[in-house]
Order: sequence, then C-alpha cells, then structure tokens
Amino acid sequence: MVIEHMTLDGVLSRYKRDPHNLVQILREVQNLTGWIPRDQLKVIAGELSLTVAHVEGVAGFYRFFHTQPVGAYRVLFSDNITDRMLGSESLLQELCRLLKVKPNQIRADGRVSVSTTSCTGLCEQGPAALINHQHVITRLTSERIEQLATLIEQQVPPTQWPTEWSQVDDSIRLADIKLGLQPAPGQGITAALARGPQAMLDDIKRSKLRGRGGAGYATATKWQLCRNATGHTHYVVCNADEGEPGTFKDRVLLNSYADTVFEGMTIAAHVVGAKRGLMYLRGEYSYLLEHLQSVLLRRRQHGLLGIAILGQSGFDFDIEIHVGAGAYVCGEESALIESLEGKRGTPRIRPPFPVESGYLGQPTTVNNVETFSAVTHIAVNGGAWWAGIGTAQSTGTKIHSISGDCERPGLYEYPFGTRIGRILEDCGARDTQAVQVGGPSGVCLSASEFGRRIGFEDVPTAGAFMVFNRSRDMFEVARNFAHFFAHESCGFCTPCRVGTELVVRRLDKLKLGYGSSEDVQVLFELDKLMHGTTHCGLGAAACNPLRDTIAKFRPAYERHLKSLHFVPGFDMDAEVSKARLATGRDDIAAHLENLS
Amino acid sequence: MNINRIDALSPGTFSLDGQEVEFGPGQTILQAATSAGHYIPHLCWHPDFSANGSCRLCTVKVNGRSGAACTVQAASGQNVESNTDELNAQRKTLLQMLFVEGNHFCPSCEKSGNCLLQATAYEMGMKGPHFEEFYPDRLVDASHPDLMLDLNRCILCGLCVRASSEVDGKQVFAINGHGIDTHLVVNSPSGRLVDSSISLNDCASNICPVGAILHKRTGFTTPIGQRRFDIKPVSQLVKEDTP
Repeated sequence: MVIEHMTLDGVLSRYKRDPHNLVQILREVQNLTGWIPRDQLKVIAGELSLTVAHVEGVAGFYRFFHTQPVGAYRVLFSDNITDRMLGSESLLQELCRLLKVKPNQIRADGRVSVSTTSCTGLCEQGPAALINHQHVITRLTSERIEQLATLIEQQVPPTQWPTEWSQVDDSIRLADIKLGLQPAPGQGITAALARGPQAMLDDIKRSKLRGRGGAGYATATKWQLCRNATGHTHYVVCNADEGEPGTFKDRVLLNSYADTVFEGMTIAAHVVGAKRGLMYLRGEYSYLLEHLQSVLLRRRQHGLLGIAILGQSGFDFDIEIHVGAGAYVCGEESALIESLEGKRGTPRIRPPFPVESGYLGQPTTVNNVETFSAVTHIAVNGGAWWAGIGTAQSTGTKIHSISGDCERPGLYEYPFGTRIGRILEDCGARDTQAVQVGGPSGVCLSASEFGRRIGFEDVPTAGAFMVFNRSRDMFEVARNFAHFFAHESCGFCTPCRVGTELVVRRLDKLKLGYGSSEDVQVLFELDKLMHGTTHCGLGAAACNPLRDTIAKFRPAYERHLKSLHFVPGFDMDAEVSKARLATGRDDIAAHLENLS
Repeated sequence: MNINRIDALSPGTFSLDGQEVEFGPGQTILQAATSAGHYIPHLCWHPDFSANGSCRLCTVKVNGRSGAACTVQAASGQNVESNTDELNAQRKTLLQMLFVEGNHFCPSCEKSGNCLLQATAYEMGMKGPHFEEFYPDRLVDASHPDLMLDLNRCILCGLCVRASSEVDGKQVFAINGHGIDTHLVVNSPSGRLVDSSISLNDCASNICPVGAILHKRTGFTTPIGQRRFDIKPVSQLVKEDTP
C-alpha cells in the first residue's frame, strides 16, 4: 500500500485518472519528486487523456508547482507586510549569506533555494516560512536562521527539525460565539434534521447571516437559489483558501473547531440537497490536512457523514478535501471551482453563477469557513438569537485576525458594530497611524477614522486587521501590497495583468527616488481604470490600498519624490558616466545633474 | 444574483448610446449590437466563438454599471453607454497596456494594415504608448513550414485556443503562466509548432487578430497601404460586414 502510494501510478490510481483531479495529482506527484519535469507532465497528460499543453498550462498557473528544478530544500519566506515589519527581509538575506545562495536562485549543488511567497497566514507569530510547501516555521529569529542553515547543510530532513519551530498557536485573545464553547458534534445536524430543509433555510433567512469571506452576500439567498436550481447533483463547497494577506481566522477554525465547520457544510447539504461536499484548503495550510482528514474519518464513524446521516434515510453526504497550490485568485468562488475541476484558476464569466452552474456545471453553494461555523451555531441556537447580535444589516459576530504593531496580536471575535478604536485598545495598539481592515483588497483607515464601526454598513471586512504605528512608512505598506497583487494576478484580463505590473513599476521607481508627481497621477488613473474594467473583483480591488494611502498619506509618497515636478525616470548622471570615462572629462559641465 | 436570467431568454430591445437595438434570445450586448451594425471596440471577441471576456475593450456601462459587452446578456430596457469620451479613454489606456506589455512595432510588422490591434488603436485615437515599454523576451517559433508563431505580438485574446479546440478539434494551443508572464503554449511533444497537428487551413491558423500567427511567404502579397484597415477604419468595416 505504502509503495503504491509512493509512485506516480499510485497517485494516478488513487485519483481514478480523472482529469478533474489534475491539480491534486500534480501536487502529490511534486511531493514525491520535488519538481515536475516536462516528461512527467507528458505522462500525466497521456494517462488523463489531456493535452500536454493543457497540463503544462495548469502546472504553470500555480505558484507552488515547479516545472524547472528547485532546491532539495525550498525555503519560502512569507512576504506579507507584517512579516516584513518583524524583520523577514533581513532574515532572508541572512539565510542566503549563510547558505551562500542568491535569493530566487537554486544553489549550484541543487541543495537549496530561498525565495518569498505571499502571506502564509501566520502573521501573529511571524516572521514565518514555508519549507518544501509542506512544513511551516513560525517566529523566525537570527538564531533559528543560523540553525536552519546548519540543518540544511547537514541534509537533515524537515521532519527531524526542532518540533517547536513548526508550532502553530491558535492565539485566541477574545472569544465570543465562533471561538467560544462549541456545540457537541452532531448537535447542529440534529437540530437541522428536526426542523427539515425548508424550515432550516427559513431560520438562516431569519438570522440574516451574510457571507464571512468579504462580499457579504446573504447566505440564505445563496442557498435558496442553489436549492431551487435544477441539476442532477448539488454541491456544497467550503472556501478555505484564506489567501487575503493578514487573515488567519480560518486557520484557527480549521485547527480547533473543524467539527463545527464540517457540521455547517452538512447542514448546508441538508438544505440544498447536496450529496457531495468539497473543501478547498489553501496549499499554505496543507499541514492541517492530516488533522482535517482525521476529523472527517471520526465524523464518518459517528454517523455524521456518509450514508443516512444520524439515521435519516436519504440524507447521504460526504466531504473531500482539495488542496490548493498557491494562487490567491482561487479565493474567488468561480476561480476556486475551476481549480477544483483541475484547471487554471481563472474566474469564470458570470452569470451563470455557481448556485446555478458551479462544480462540473452543477448547482453549487460556495461559502466561507467562518460562514459554515456560524451556520452550526445558528442551527443550535436559532436564527432569531443570531439576528439579535450585531447590527441591523450585519448580524452576529466577526472574527478579526489582528497583526502588526500591537502588544497582543491574535484572534478577536466581536459582534458587528464594534468600533475600530475599541479593537485597537483591546489588542494593545499604541500610537497607531493606520489600520488595514479586510486585507490589501479592503480599506486603509487613518487615525481620524478610528470611530468608524465594523459592519457592512460602514467598514466591511473579510477578517484581516493589520495595525501600523507612526514609525511605519505607509508608502512601503502600499508597495508591498502592490507587489502582492502583481504576483497574484491570474493574468487573464488586460487591466489586471498589465495594470498591476504598471503600478509595481511606478512604486518601485518612486522607491528609488526617480518618481515624479506625474507618476502619482498615473497611479490614480490606473486605480480608476482597474475599478471599472477588470474581469473579477480581485483585479478591481488591486488598487484599493494604493488609492487609500495616496489619499490619506500623501506625504508618505511625496517624501519619495526628488521633486514634485518632472524628473527623469532614471539616474541620468549615471547613464553618462561611461561617456565621461571615454572622453576623460570630469568637469562640472560633464555632470548633467549640475546643469540647470 | 440572477434576476435578469429569465428576461435574457426572451427577445426585446435595449438602448445603445440613445439608439434602440433589437436582440434575440440569449444574445449578449455585443452580439446584438454587432448584428444591428453597431461598432463596440473589441479584440478577443469574434462572432463565431464563445466569449472570452479577457481584453476588456468592449467594457460598456449598463444602467450605469461597468460590464464587458461580450459577456453581459442583453435585456429589455437596458441603457447601454459605449461611445462616450470616458469609455473611449479607458479603451485607449487598455490598448496602450497591450502595446507596452508586448513588442509591437507596426512599421516593421507584416500584419500592419490587417491588424485589429493597430486598427482599434487608430480608432481610439491612440498616438503613443503613454506607459514605458516592457520589452519582454518572447518566443518566436519559425519551425513550421507554413506558419510563423511570434509571441512578441500575442495579446492573449485566446482566439486561436478557442478556434483550435471548438472548430478544428485539435487543441493545438493553451495558455500557460500567470500574471505578466501569462503566455501561449503549443501542444506538441517538443512544444514547437512543427511537431503539432496544426495545418495552414485550420481555423486556428487564420483567426489571429494581430501578427502572432502568420502565414509564411504571403506577408506582402497585398502592399501596405492597400490592406483592409488601410482603406477603411475598423468601425466602418463592422457596419459594412453586417449582413
């Protein structure tokens, strides 16, 4: 059995040579071999009856798949701004120096490569790194870096590294409902079965629950549409692709309250009439996979999944887990479905929406991890109870992942309607200059806005809450986010593919001191264009941090301008230095910056 | 979420820049507008293929809300704005983005005058690239005896991908990479065109709106100055092409 699983054929058999499992197959094959050579892609293509170009295209889409050789040890530093604020950049340089390897390059002996990756969702215990896409290291220090370099030189496998390195804390600081006492496994399903599908749906409607992934779509409406849609199979999908930088609530819900989440999915299945559930777990969280599989197994054994759940004949439902491979855009529900189908994670043209035509063209409801958690609590305690918490349009509680400049980073659960200032006080933030709520695609609030409140009426959020004190350069914050969006653009539509790159080039130019106020103007134009023309919401949001920081922290930008008026986009004096050498001139007139 | 879906299945009329346009069941705004002889700038859309929605040039305002005309279903009573200064300025910027991300040198390109990118840029009054050129390193594949693949000019419209798959049944092309490194790839053991199953008469060999897939030895059969878009602007041709 073990031998079979260790081979390509074993992987292909386990996934039934189904092309819809291509992403899962590529991930497991790479786990065996480190990277996937083109000859291997050809074999996979042949076995799945796909073209090699298609398989190449899928492999080339995901950041965690390698079709070129990589180091036997692949160290990826989480590159969120909060990791940087904790010193990740100098730690990366330090590791490269110790290992005698350049960033983003493979060492000549093939032993190691060191690079960065988008936020790994360990912001409150960073700086963090991902090893071989499977192991995490939290709380990196110079000491750990030094030991890490030694272990890599000694070729010690990551499984034998100090266990405290991969310790991931839940960091729950303030618990209310979803982070508090959980219902016993099965309690929510029992309550839902007692009500029946329609009454359960009515209760969700009564609760006025809205999606916790950011968009805030009414859960009951989504389920209703899915339930009413015709199809031979309905699907329930849990979006656990928590890729928005600064967000790590789902990590904790999955680590400690997975039962509640799976139970929410099962209740959804009861309501929409689904037989199959899929959880899309982000690749960065693959270390949670084993735990989640064991929870699923236990639930099957206890009759909470499988045939005739809790003895109710006809109520058959089971859940399988798909693991992503490093693509932020797959958090968008139609891109997520494409990825579940084994394709490039490009958002679909909508309509049709997934509730009508989702996974394999069938009615599919896609909800966030936190939404499913809420569903279980609502099933147990009732919709009216939930609706009584929070505000009129934003009911219940919201979990915030707090990181950055504060004494007590971690998870805080508040009813909707909570003041930003209150949250800052609770987490021990001092001298705060700004808060990025909802991650880079959310909103950047300055001190004058700390009286505003969390909720769909005022400040909506997907859960990230990154704090910046007055020592931070908000321009650098925006530049970090801009690089994130350019790195994560799926490349499908013109405005996002080229626009995110143009933004990065402008901010890097400003950083180097060759920007002019004209560049700031162009940034405004790009923001406007991208808001009106991109294929999906992620592209539209890509300039949000830019727009907010230019509007609210303009001096941070102007500090990077040599002149507020036109200056060349390059160092003109350096460009003519060769000409000076050739002509042997070094007088004042041969230095262009001195000409006026 | 899908309130207009039922309406979309029945015919009706919508307003395009103040003119009433009739549409048939299931038609998109761009399909209906083109059938009625109206020009909405586009690059990745082609009447014979399913919509791609990637170039975003056909972005219009439908009841004040932005959407790609090639993907938004036509519905009765829609107020569609297309030929406005704001939207045309947006289109010009999108065109400039496409120009700078690739290597487009019209004076030395044998597609000049037959190129939809060039013609649309003229139509939108684009006089220069506005942004800095990226000058990317892109592949040129001259391996095929009859065809030339020059990715310097590829705008990722995906028409060859769709044509090869939907019409030729060959799946010769696919998209690879992500972000600014997104690029076209060829399905063959070597990855080169010569080893693929493509042939000169395939739809995919004749669909490229720019000069990325070219027929060899025919580049200057029609002299520059006498080509399709040299004679009439693209907006005029769409109107005349309408049956």
